[in-house]
Amino acid sequence: MRPPVSEDEQAPVEEAPLHAPNSEHSTAGGASQGAPRRIWGPPQRDEASQKKAEADGRREAEGPSKTTATLLLVTVLVIATCGLVYELLASTLASFVLGDAVMQYSTVIGVYLSAMGVGAWLSGYVVDDVAKRFVDIEIAVALVGGASAPILFFAFAHLSWFRVVLYGVVALVGMLVGMEIPLLLRILRARYAFKDLVARVLTVDYLGALVGSLAFPIFFVPKLGLVRTSLVIGGINAVTALASTYLLDDEIKKTLGLRLRALAVLVALGVGVVAADRLTLLAEEGLFADEIIYAKQTPYQRIVITRGRASFQLFLNGNLQFSSADEYRYHEALIWPAIAARVEAGDPVKRVLVLGGGDGLGLRELLKTPGLEAVTLVDLDPFMTHLARSQPLLSALNEGAFSDPRVTIVNDDAYVWLGAPKNAGQKFDVIIADFPDPNHYALGKLYTTRMYALMKQHMLERAVLAVQSTSPLFARKSFWCIARTMERAGLAVAPYHVFVPSFGEWGYVLAREGSITPPSRLPPLAKPLRYLDDPTLRALFVLSRDMQSLDVEVNRLDNQVLVHYYEAEWKRYL
Amino acid sequence: MPTRRDVLATFLGAAFAGVACKSKAPVGHYHGELFGPRFDRGHKLRDPKELAATLARTDLPEQKTRVVVVGGGPAGLSAAWRLIRGGLAAKEDVQVFELDDVAGGTSRGGQSEVTRYPWGAHYVPVPSGDARALGVLLEEMGIVEGHEADGYPVIAEHVLCRAPEERLFYRGRWYEGLYLQAGAQKEDLRQFRAFKRELQGWRKWRDLKGRRAFVIPTARASDAEEVLALDAVSMAQWMDQKGFTSARLRWLVDYACRDDYALSLQDASAWAGLFYFVSRMNDLGASSELMTWADGNGGLVRHLLGVVADRVHLGKSVIDVRPRGAQEQVVTYLDRDGAPHRLIAERVILAVPRYVARHLCPSLADRKEDLAFDYGAWAVCNVHLNGRGARPQGVAMAWDNVLYESPSLGYVSATHQEGNDHGPTVWTWYYAITDPGKDARKKLLDAHWRDWADVAFSDLSRAHPDLHALADRIDVFRWGHAMTRPRVGARRALREAAAHVPVGAVHFAHTDLSGVAIFEEAHDHGVRAAEEVLAALSFQVPSIR
Ligand SMILES: Cc1cc2nc3c(=O)[nH]c(=O)nc-3n(C[C@H](O)[C@H](O)[C@H](O)COP(=O)(O)OP(=O)(O)OC[C@H]3O[C@@H](n4cnc5c(N)ncnc54)[C@H](O)[C@@H]3O)c2cc1C
Repeated sequence: MRPPVSEDEQAPVEEAPLHAPNSEHSTAGGASQGAPRRIWGPPQRDEASQKKAEADGRREAEGPSKTTATLLLVTVLVIATCGLVYELLASTLASFVLGDAVMQYSTVIGVYLSAMGVGAWLSGYVVDDVAKRFVDIEIAVALVGGASAPILFFAFAHLSWFRVVLYGVVALVGMLVGMEIPLLLRILRARYAFKDLVARVLTVDYLGALVGSLAFPIFFVPKLGLVRTSLVIGGINAVTALASTYLLDDEIKKTLGLRLRALAVLVALGVGVVAADRLTLLAEEGLFADEIIYAKQTPYQRIVITRGRASFQLFLNGNLQFSSADEYRYHEALIWPAIAARVEAGDPVKRVLVLGGGDGLGLRELLKTPGLEAVTLVDLDPFMTHLARSQPLLSALNEGAFSDPRVTIVNDDAYVWLGAPKNAGQKFDVIIADFPDPNHYALGKLYTTRMYALMKQHMLERAVLAVQSTSPLFARKSFWCIARTMERAGLAVAPYHVFVPSFGEWGYVLAREGSITPPSRLPPLAKPLRYLDDPTLRALFVLSRDMQSLDVEVNRLDNQVLVHYYEAEWKRYL
Repeated sequence: MPTRRDVLATFLGAAFAGVACKSKAPVGHYHGELFGPRFDRGHKLRDPKELAATLARTDLPEQKTRVVVVGGGPAGLSAAWRLIRGGLAAKEDVQVFELDDVAGGTSRGGQSEVTRYPWGAHYVPVPSGDARALGVLLEEMGIVEGHEADGYPVIAEHVLCRAPEERLFYRGRWYEGLYLQAGAQKEDLRQFRAFKRELQGWRKWRDLKGRRAFVIPTARASDAEEVLALDAVSMAQWMDQKGFTSARLRWLVDYACRDDYALSLQDASAWAGLFYFVSRMNDLGASSELMTWADGNGGLVRHLLGVVADRVHLGKSVIDVRPRGAQEQVVTYLDRDGAPHRLIAERVILAVPRYVARHLCPSLADRKEDLAFDYGAWAVCNVHLNGRGARPQGVAMAWDNVLYESPSLGYVSATHQEGNDHGPTVWTWYYAITDPGKDARKKLLDAHWRDWADVAFSDLSRAHPDLHALADRIDVFRWGHAMTRPRVGARRALREAAAHVPVGAVHFAHTDLSGVAIFEEAHDHGVRAAEEVLAALSFQVPSIR
């Protein structure tokens, strides 16, 4: 991955004899890969312009001094580094938001490199004021490249034609970067013998690529995040442009305008760095503590992934769903008590139904169950399940759960799915209900007597149900309303809780028709769990006095009291 | 040719038309169809010569049956349902004739790939123990889970309208409920409470025979002078007398009158205005919950149809019913092609609107009943959406969605009761024309598909600015004789008409006979007429009413 020096540079060379040695460069440059010459040559020029070109060439030939030349080589290094970082930025960002990293890296790099080729070819059209044009392009790279990550995040969040913007930005940056080296070559041409020129420029160019590729993952992304990296790299480009106006002072007639422009871009990017939080805010209504690496409005909800130093978080409609730092506590507590209760009663766990839980983290736990044959996961949002399957951070965290052959994914409203006559025959040993908290009516229905009655119709004899039930501490009435509602639907319940640092105290309700006793031991597992062992499992079912039962109404479709409880209770904390 | 602006001004007011016709206003890109009752099929009714010629024909084969039910709406289907339950179970003994290609009358539903949806009636409040026959029907449907101490059936959760039942759009925001609480002054709230007390007073009221003033079925209601006196004044006059001047309270009551009767506050009788509220209250003063299905009362129609099954003949319009000798009734009907047929029955139940019954049954022709039976006109638009669009300000969703500043009745979301909250849906938008009968019908029918679709679209767009991107299709149904209207004086006129009393072997069943158009009354009249017939045919069955 390096900015190739295209053979396209050769074309003006043929036209203008002064450039003749460059024809040699086309084989040295490597990137030309023996493409036939003159295919993309610019149109023939008339004699007058030919004369002018020659005059310019002569002026170019007067060229910069030795130190200036060395400094200009440093410029090549910087340009190469920045160019590579832009390419990596776009690839990384695309694979964050679209998933399928192989596809994103391949296509972004492909577009970027070919755009560089186009840029190199276009550089042949630069006839006058090569030095000035070089600085111009440098400023343009600073601006477009620097703004690329914010632009792309914004586009992804708000436009349906994100890919057009993605490849457009990549192509534009690639093209501009592709023009830089050929122009620099022409500027440096007078200071070096051709063989040295090519050798040095290309060496520095490749070196820059190395610097960029190492600095990006080791320094930039972890320290600055994608948006700031983009802005900072743009800034570096702008500084280079500014410096170039001094280095090439005698070759540029009027430097003031250029300097002012470079400064303006620098200031703009600087403001961007300072306001980076605000910039992300621009792309996102919610306030997130960490950098947003994915934001998507699906027809169903707004999905946001943020990334901090050591962990990343998933938000749905601005509500934290998990933090990778401590989600294992939540998900082990969601899954294992139900499995343990079933196994302890001597019943098999072969078929499991997961309602919600599109992040696949509950699935990851479930799939460790010995003897498990099939899991059906019903989640409303196809974007969510797709993301959990393909987004690298997510699929690593759920251990590729969605690729397990035992898993069937259904994208439907769980309420509608459970009630659909075509699914009437589907019965399960265990049902896990992992819905977002009931903060509006469309979610409130998933916690009604009707919903639990529907779940019962899908439970095999003595099947066990576990329901995530919001916080028994912060939303005590809501928690007990869920438990009471399940009871009213004819289930025996065993409420329990866990402490999840990023959530606080969190609650669940375990249930079964007839009677239920809290499980006392985990089923035999290949590897110990991270959070639960037998004593901890038993302790889950001990509720302290401030979380114990309250007098509450039952949540029904026609009253939806839970939504009101929930709103009133969480309002106190917001 | 009226312009778009004229049309919008007619139905939504001139001020609104001005705004909606600005060039910035979003334009919808939808298609759709125009529907209406197939009364063209009964056109022979109106041409006496042609009718006489058809009746005089001697070449028509004569088939026989025991009971003919004319009309496949709730009343006709309920009558057939009761006859079958009462012992006339043999298929050939009961025949139902319906002129339309679908049954259900003004309670019919439709269906798309996405959902069922209503074309007319959309709910029934949970009945009190007084509506015994309706209770039997609901039990048969398997949706009664028990009974409260006060006799009300406990209805299955999924049939009760899912919360939130209704929301009100006012100045850019949705509020829960139908009474506009936002911005209400102390005096407004005082009047609102006083109004509720007034209603509760009537809920507790009993006449000397222990009958209530407002009860469903109305057959059980008191006919004491004190109650009938309410029929002599308009609801507006009654509110004036009681000092109910609050604009938002009057809006609520006016909305109720338009929604249930297609009458304004000024034209509906006080009896009707109070009936709307009081008949649906329980002893504690709370209003009953509503039962609804995706296709509105089409859910009830589907059940009845399941029972009556292939006794129903669609696309057959009865044009005449008259006695022949002492034992026979000759029923003449046309099939879809307009070809006449003859059927001989022992008894006939006319379960058609009164204005149709008068044409069918020669002995009714010269009755003077115009005050008792006055009909309002309605437009119903089914708006098919490809998605739900932006999240609105305020309450996110409800079943019934009403626009405070609009003369329309708002819309009902068909997928709400299904628990389906995402993706495509159908909104059923209602507009009741409150003008006098003929004028109302003219206004309704002068506006064509494009006009009505545009009125609905523009009206809804005020609350849903992104509708232009969501609405794919708008179908329009024009109900010329949508429902009978309880104007001032109608109740007394109705009593005097005694329109439900059989004429010879012809029995009458239709909600019109109660002066209010609701499913419960249609059902009650159907059951009554069927029980009259059963008795006449010497079936010894106890009444279920
Ligand atoms: C827009 C609208 C909204 C409504 N909303 C509600 C509501 O929410 N709740 C409620 O309870 N009620 C509502 N109603 C009223 C409700 O629809 C009626 O009360 C109910 O349908 C009356 O039933 P019915 O059988 O008495 O009459 P109809 O429904 O009028 O049925 C009469 C039937 O007779 C047929 N017919 C007519 N002439 C002939 C003929 N010559 N031969 C054969 N068949 C014939 C007609 O085609 C029709 O099917 C609404 C009505 C309308 C128009």
